[in-house]
Amino acid sequence: MIEIKNIYRNWGDFSLKNLNLTIQNGEYFVLLGPTGAGKTLVLELMAGFYQPEKGYISFNGNSVGTLSPEKRNIGFVYQNYSLFPHMDVGKNIGFGARMRGIKNPKIRDMAEYLDISHILHRNPETLSGGEQQRVALARALIINPDILLLDEPLSALDPRTQEDTRKILKKVHEDTGVTVVHVTHDQTEARVLADRIGVMMDGGLVQVGTPGEIFNKPANNKVADFVGVENVFNGIVTQSNKGMINLDVNGNNICAISDYEKDETVYGCLRPENVTISKTEFESSARNTFYATVLEMELMGVLLRVKLNMGNDFNINSLITRQSATELDLKPGDRVVVSFKAAAIHII
Amino acid sequence: MPRIKTRLNGLGQINPMLVIFFLSLSILLFFVFITLSNMIVQQIVSDFSGLIEAVRDSSVLEAIFLSLYSGFLATLISFILGVPTAYLLARKDFIGKRIIESILDIPVVVPHTVAGIALLTIFGANGLIGDPLESIVQFRDALAGTVVAMLFVSAPYLTNSAREGFQSVDPRLENAARSLGAPLWKAFLFVTFPLASRHLLTGSIMCWARAISEFGAVIMLAYYPMVGPTLIYERFTSMGLSESRPIAVLLILVTLTIFVILRMISSGWRRYDRD
Repeated sequence: MIEIKNIYRNWGDFSLKNLNLTIQNGEYFVLLGPTGAGKTLVLELMAGFYQPEKGYISFNGNSVGTLSPEKRNIGFVYQNYSLFPHMDVGKNIGFGARMRGIKNPKIRDMAEYLDISHILHRNPETLSGGEQQRVALARALIINPDILLLDEPLSALDPRTQEDTRKILKKVHEDTGVTVVHVTHDQTEARVLADRIGVMMDGGLVQVGTPGEIFNKPANNKVADFVGVENVFNGIVTQSNKGMINLDVNGNNICAISDYEKDETVYGCLRPENVTISKTEFESSARNTFYATVLEMELMGVLLRVKLNMGNDFNINSLITRQSATELDLKPGDRVVVSFKAAAIHII
Repeated sequence: MPRIKTRLNGLGQINPMLVIFFLSLSILLFFVFITLSNMIVQQIVSDFSGLIEAVRDSSVLEAIFLSLYSGFLATLISFILGVPTAYLLARKDFIGKRIIESILDIPVVVPHTVAGIALLTIFGANGLIGDPLESIVQFRDALAGTVVAMLFVSAPYLTNSAREGFQSVDPRLENAARSLGAPLWKAFLFVTFPLASRHLLTGSIMCWARAISEFGAVIMLAYYPMVGPTLIYERFTSMGLSESRPIAVLLILVTLTIFVILRMISSGWRRYDRD
């Protein structure tokens, strides 16, 4: 268990204020927040690269106080991977063992596990971002860390590689049971990976909860603004046929485009501007049409965010112009028809 | 037709500023190159026997060797003291850091005779350091004095280059090493130091070159045993150009050869500098 109690540290132009956080062993915890919220600094404090001015951090009940980073048994993966440029991949992975005086580290096994055994003799700078990421992960995992700290591990990768890396992170977490603290500004990433999420803003922790709690009941407007726009939902594939799938999302049948097989659990992302609201049903090419209730409406500049309940605790957001809202005479509590195209849903 | 026009335009677009800048470069290059090569060529063409004589003169060889040797010792001490200093300056922030940096840089801007007087005052027989150490080590007219004078004027070159080198190594690499179980000294030894090594070598070469070329501070503290520049000066004042130039040519040929070799080694090293 990681306990962070009343942590305070001032960097002059930025400070972390009275941060309190408890992370359970084996948990996948995501620190989510906009750039400049101080997420990476929290990781670096846990790692011991910095010391807090006030408060304390403890691992499994033992205060780590001023314990130096090399004695904390943590794995740390930086956003830029921080591979040692003067060592090949194999030496990078073996570095931790070498520093700890471990003979015959299982470099090849680890490399095979992360599918990088074919690049053991390459230099880091010749690798793609995804490969560098896996090398950095292998280097951190080979020392059997109690805690794996990940700093924006996906943000420098292209979407395809992001998806692969997400799967790897899930697999690593399931296989090793390591406690993961993962920092990101990407809410989709957080929702897909996290057991629990902590939302950080301006150096403080604003809300901690399960993805469901964070995305459905944001603690305040700032959190709502940050997490509440994009629609991400989780469902089970009930049918898969030639690239088209049917998803069961809380009892709602949603049609999307993907190759996933039947019974797989997937996440669907839907941009709110692709969600159409109408008062009556009409014939269109959109494969998904539902009756919904308007829960709330919030102005966002020239646009309106309309939160809709599709029944069975399944809410989605729609962004429409104020003009549309006026013409439809939309108000909370209204029964409306919601539609979106199968192609508008991005399945991950 | 339009194609020819663009080409003409392309020619017309040669920037007049760059033409002038290029001219400046040519003058500077010519000035340095012709001065040195003229000396060497003239010596070889008009007085080759003088050069041979200088090679056979044991006091000349001794002086040149002493220059290289004491310069090496000064560089070694600069390295031992300068590398830790540079690491602290590159990595840590502390009160008075800017002042400390300025103080360490003073030898670069002080006239060398002034440095010599200062060194003589402190390392001389009655000096603050020279007096208590008199029974152990003598600085006045001794190898130790030559090394100390060279150290004073050349150490900043190594320190500054090393600091740049350490600054170019991403601190996150050190952090990563520490998280993997390396104590700070191991992270330094296995990650930071090797990644800064090219800067360290370049700094050492500059430091050594500066030490060998030092004259003003050296003659104040240690006229004897004579280093190359002192011998050249002495022969010049007592016997004139014809007796001093062969030694100068010999000194420059030896040092240039060494520096070219070292430069080739250092440029062959891979660069890991932060982008």
